Amino acid sequence: MFNKKRAMLLLSVCLVLVVSGCGANSNEGTGGTNGEPAENGDKVTINFMHLWPEGVSAGQNKIVNQIITEYQDEHPNVAIKQEVLDNEQYKNKLKVLSASNKLPDVGVTWAAGFLQPYVEGQLFTPVDDLLSGELKDKFVAGTTEAYAIDGKTYALPLEFNIAPIYYNKSIFEKYKLEIPQTYEQLKAVVKTLSDNGVAPIALGNKDRWTGSLWYMYLADRMAGQPALSSAISGAGSFKEEGLLKAAAEVQSLVDSQAFVKGFNGLSNEEAKSEFLNGKAAMYMMGTWELPNFTTNEDIPQDFRDSVGFFKFPTVEGGKGDINSWVGGPGVGLFVGENSKVKAESKAFVEYFVTKWGEQSVTGAGVIPATKVDASNMDLPQLYIDLFNEMNQASSITLFADVQMQANAAETHLNMIQALFGKATTPEKFSEEHDTAIASGK
Amino acid sequence: MDKVLSNKKIIALYVLPSLLLILAIVYIPIVLTAYYGLNEWNGIGAMTFVGLDNYMALFKDATFWNSAWHSLLLALFSGLSLMLYLVVAMVLAARIKGAQLFRKIYLIPMLLSSVAIAQLWLKIYHPTNGVLNTLLESIGIANPPAWLAESSIVLFALFIPILWQYAGFYILIYYAALKNIPASLEEAAKIDGANALQIAWKIKLPLAMEVVKVTIVLAVVGSLKYFDLIFVMTDGGPSGSSEVMASYMYHEAFRAYDFGYGSAIGFFLLVICLAVTWVIRKLTATKDTIQYS
Repeated sequence: MFNKKRAMLLLSVCLVLVVSGCGANSNEGTGGTNGEPAENGDKVTINFMHLWPEGVSAGQNKIVNQIITEYQDEHPNVAIKQEVLDNEQYKNKLKVLSASNKLPDVGVTWAAGFLQPYVEGQLFTPVDDLLSGELKDKFVAGTTEAYAIDGKTYALPLEFNIAPIYYNKSIFEKYKLEIPQTYEQLKAVVKTLSDNGVAPIALGNKDRWTGSLWYMYLADRMAGQPALSSAISGAGSFKEEGLLKAAAEVQSLVDSQAFVKGFNGLSNEEAKSEFLNGKAAMYMMGTWELPNFTTNEDIPQDFRDSVGFFKFPTVEGGKGDINSWVGGPGVGLFVGENSKVKAESKAFVEYFVTKWGEQSVTGAGVIPATKVDASNMDLPQLYIDLFNEMNQASSITLFADVQMQANAAETHLNMIQALFGKATTPEKFSEEHDTAIASGK
Repeated sequence: MDKVLSNKKIIALYVLPSLLLILAIVYIPIVLTAYYGLNEWNGIGAMTFVGLDNYMALFKDATFWNSAWHSLLLALFSGLSLMLYLVVAMVLAARIKGAQLFRKIYLIPMLLSSVAIAQLWLKIYHPTNGVLNTLLESIGIANPPAWLAESSIVLFALFIPILWQYAGFYILIYYAALKNIPASLEEAAKIDGANALQIAWKIKLPLAMEVVKVTIVLAVVGSLKYFDLIFVMTDGGPSGSSEVMASYMYHEAFRAYDFGYGSAIGFFLLVICLAVTWVIRKLTATKDTIQYS
């Protein structure tokens, strides 16, 4: 009897211990993210949250670690603590942390619409002082502007991307196809391929922004870049004739079997594998995919050698220019407004951005947002060609879903999926866009 | 033992840890969710109190009712599938050859994580290389559908893995309930000349009824708030044709940055689940419980 009683007490004590154990753990986890003030002398810890896990972005992950190690060696009083998450999880965690005001000292953010609520909530600190300091004129024109709100810049961009159409040279050779210069030629290429049972274009429209790229290019080529930009910003309207025609053209592309079967149910990753396996002939994607077509050893050499790219062709009678691109800066680094080690964090960001520019070209094969002299580096031809295209670009329109405010972006993406799935009409598509953008959230 | 349990302090000591835990991670968040639902809030900046605006908007939101309809359909199918599981459990409990093996086979999906199941079924449903379409093509069906990309079938294509995922769980529960029925009752019925169907209908079902009631509530409420496979496999698409209440809540809160509205959906979902549970309890209430010992 007594033993039983003791045993039960012991068990409940265990439970209490477990519970309090959980509590202690979570305290440790969250308390640290706000940055410890400079205690015991000058030792400073900077918490850095980013989205390049080793498994998914091996190249970037290596560079990050390299830069951090170097920085810590040069600044022995600074310790940098990393927290690495996957893209979607990262976005969610950032939201949750900001709701409880526990953002890391340094973190990764996207431009424009994504940035807006964080700036309004006064969670990011302006980094204009860095821009006028050592980093002055180091960025490619048009990159830092995407992170500016009301005249202040809130993050420093790392990457810069444009979206070309990659194509499989061996498939094109097999069916004696030429790179299309006009949209009519592109349609002819699509027809030949689909008549021969080859999927013309890999598209994973479950992710929706992938289809948005196609719409944006058609809109750009038909209505012209100014019309597209002003419609997205709310100054113009999606009911503009060229934009309506672009939406209708998307549906006629779908009708002509231009995209892989079941594209609305495929993720971008699944669609990409269709292209990587040589099952689809074309694939439109940002230059962040470049490593897979140039240096990534996991992909067969044969395939990498057979990948080329072309610019989205011009549309006859359209107002667009072939050198106009859809793209924009990828992610950038912010410094938390409530960080207790703001000065040190800013210094780290400055250092990181500079080093990133140099190392990401050779290490990860992505295009940095800072100006880099690539002339004496040994780089793959595909990379150099795209790099040069970018410098000749007449305009670069930022991805629509990044430009828009969160709610409007969500409408845009849903309507894109509906448009491709023929669940809506071009008129309805335009109307929903105008309403969502006008609502201003 | 009895002495320990009659001591009020000891009872409190035992109950308190889990009570505090449940309060902290279940009940307090529920109250907070209801409160957030009364605000216009993007999850980051300041909240503005808007009263019942979010809830009013919810009633007029066609997308929400559409997703509610999808959830309801799932609940209906889960409820109906319980009958099938009960039959399977009865067969397995009847000491047929290989029952042990089958029980394990049915249980395996339950041991897999939802994401693994989703990946598995994504491969099965893949429009060109998928197991299902390859099979259909090999038996001469030209151009089989792209299961997850067509608005008219995507929902039902999703129901199959969802139901399959939980089949083992319910079969196991039913199996245990049926095994609990004393063999003497069945023998007595047999002697009286009852056939297998009569035994199942008149003896086994009534005796397992309490368990069946619980599983109905579990299945229906579980379906109403279902999220995982749909989120991973279609993300509610294409264009909302597989959106359910929980995924709509997620999209509003985390994608459209409308935490106030997302919270309102979440709270309303809770109300619906409570109401449905209450209705099911009322409908299945019986006055006398059957005793069999």
